[in-house]
Amino acid sequence: MRDTLYLSLQYIRHHRVKLLVLTFAITLVSWLPMAIQSIVEQTAVQLLERAQKTPLVIGSPGSPLELSLGSLYFNSKTSSTLPYSEISTLEQTGYARAIPLHYRFRVQNYSVVGTSPGYFEYRALRLETGRPVAILGEAVIGAGVASTMGLSVGDHVITSPESVFDLAGVYPLKMSVVGVLAPSLSPDDDAIFVDIKTSWVIQGLGHGHQELNNHESLGQILKREGDNIVANASVRQFNEVTRENLNSFHFHGDTANNPISAIIPIPHSEKSAALLLGHYLEERDDVQIVRSRQIIADLLGTVFTVRDYIIVGIGLIAVATGFVALLVFYLSLRLRKGERYTLARIGASNLQIQVMMATEVITVLLVSALLSFCLTLITRHYGITLMQQLLLS
Amino acid sequence: MALELENIGFGYASDGFKLSLLKLHIQAGESVALVGPSGSGKTTLLNLISGILEPEQGSISIAGQELTSLGARQRRRQRLKGMGMIFQSFELLDYLDVRDNILLQARLAPGVTVTADLEQRALSIASELGLEDKWHRPITALSQGERQRVAACRALLLDPSLVLADEPTGNLDPENKQAVLDHLIALCARDGRILLVVTHDHSLLPSFDRVIEMADLLSSEGPER
Repeated sequence: MRDTLYLSLQYIRHHRVKLLVLTFAITLVSWLPMAIQSIVEQTAVQLLERAQKTPLVIGSPGSPLELSLGSLYFNSKTSSTLPYSEISTLEQTGYARAIPLHYRFRVQNYSVVGTSPGYFEYRALRLETGRPVAILGEAVIGAGVASTMGLSVGDHVITSPESVFDLAGVYPLKMSVVGVLAPSLSPDDDAIFVDIKTSWVIQGLGHGHQELNNHESLGQILKREGDNIVANASVRQFNEVTRENLNSFHFHGDTANNPISAIIPIPHSEKSAALLLGHYLEERDDVQIVRSRQIIADLLGTVFTVRDYIIVGIGLIAVATGFVALLVFYLSLRLRKGERYTLARIGASNLQIQVMMATEVITVLLVSALLSFCLTLITRHYGITLMQQLLLS
Repeated sequence: MALELENIGFGYASDGFKLSLLKLHIQAGESVALVGPSGSGKTTLLNLISGILEPEQGSISIAGQELTSLGARQRRRQRLKGMGMIFQSFELLDYLDVRDNILLQARLAPGVTVTADLEQRALSIASELGLEDKWHRPITALSQGERQRVAACRALLLDPSLVLADEPTGNLDPENKQAVLDHLIALCARDGRILLVVTHDHSLLPSFDRVIEMADLLSSEGPER
């Protein structure tokens, strides 16, 4: 039998291009439906899990989907905001605690999320190394960010400008990494968390600059109006918060009016949640409250429909490929009729001849199945990230 | 060692072809050409001797071994290990190189292992037929004459007592056909093998020890349809 298999393998080696193409085609049509099914289901589970944990989200009026995607996955292209005072307004209802979110800015492809310490407790995020954010200009990074950017405690991250032509003078802020979160297999892995005030500094609503109340700065002062000092452009602004310049950072105006992207309300009870929902739906037109689970479920409904159409399409292609494969095998067997005749005349047994003929088909099917299985495993590991990026972008 | 046939009767049910042979005796080391018109039953006779077909009556004996007493499986084994077969269209496998085509019969034969010694023997036969520098060449890269020599090597490898060749030079040019046949006859004669060749080419007949007209083997009625 070993020699028979050797002869079979010689046939496969000789016709490798034909068989590789066939194997590739069969692998593709058997893997794709499984991969799509697997990815969509995993993605649905993860997206819904996050939405279920955050049933309500409050934001400015507009697209509920944008608000849900932004507040749950930090992925939103809109820059509509709420005033920070909405936090106290919400808490004054007595129905819920409030966690602010400000996710407008980015470091490369990662969202910078300005929030309060309550967020980490709410999401049960655990620090792997370092400590929580303590002062302005400090950041705690997700495990994915740390891994991809090769960052650890003591390193720095610099915010990316929103536009190359950002002439308003919102300069990139260099922030020091003080903590790295343990992996949570959630969008938090790919976020950079800062204090809400730090996100305002990034936005240019707060800043630090050289001391103007000393003799060295006299030449830079244009005028004084009470406590207000107007200086010329030569005054050096700090683009990094350090222990030395920390006290020079300050905010102009009332921070209650500073913007936040969304609020995560944490109702005290189910009843509180219902009352809160009713309160916002009935009494507030200037803000919206959304049931994020419903929004994400609707989004996934669309994705499932698309998936079903794709799988039906691939199924049809698979049937066609199956027929083509059958035809190839049939033609191959016909082409090998002379070979079978020769083998039989020389004295080969029927079993030997059948093994030599069948090895081609069995090898193609086995290798295709194996490849398809491996690809499905790989897809289960890496495909979900791709799918989430596709869905959320 | 001799090949003996006596009172053979065979018929194809499908087209009513019937063959009746009186007697054939070939000595070891003898090369015999079998000639006759198309349809006279030459190839059928080779198939009967090789055990591919089973006669309805009569006796076929190779080296004292009665072939008609063997079952299909034993005849197949006998064919693999005790006979070499050469065909007009070479019947080589195009996905195997020269080496593997020569070793093909050995790989299929039960109880035969392709060892380094056997491979060395194959190479030695190939060298005698001028194929040593083609050892790893694909079959498709060989000329017709070279292909038939590969087929001859395959037939001779397992040291058969009987070599059956059906129009082995039918696809070769005049120069090659004589050369291939001369090699084959010389190798068979040297090792005491019987060589039975079916041929239509009368220019080759002087090379054989004996020429048998198919008509002389048949009973008076001749083949019937």
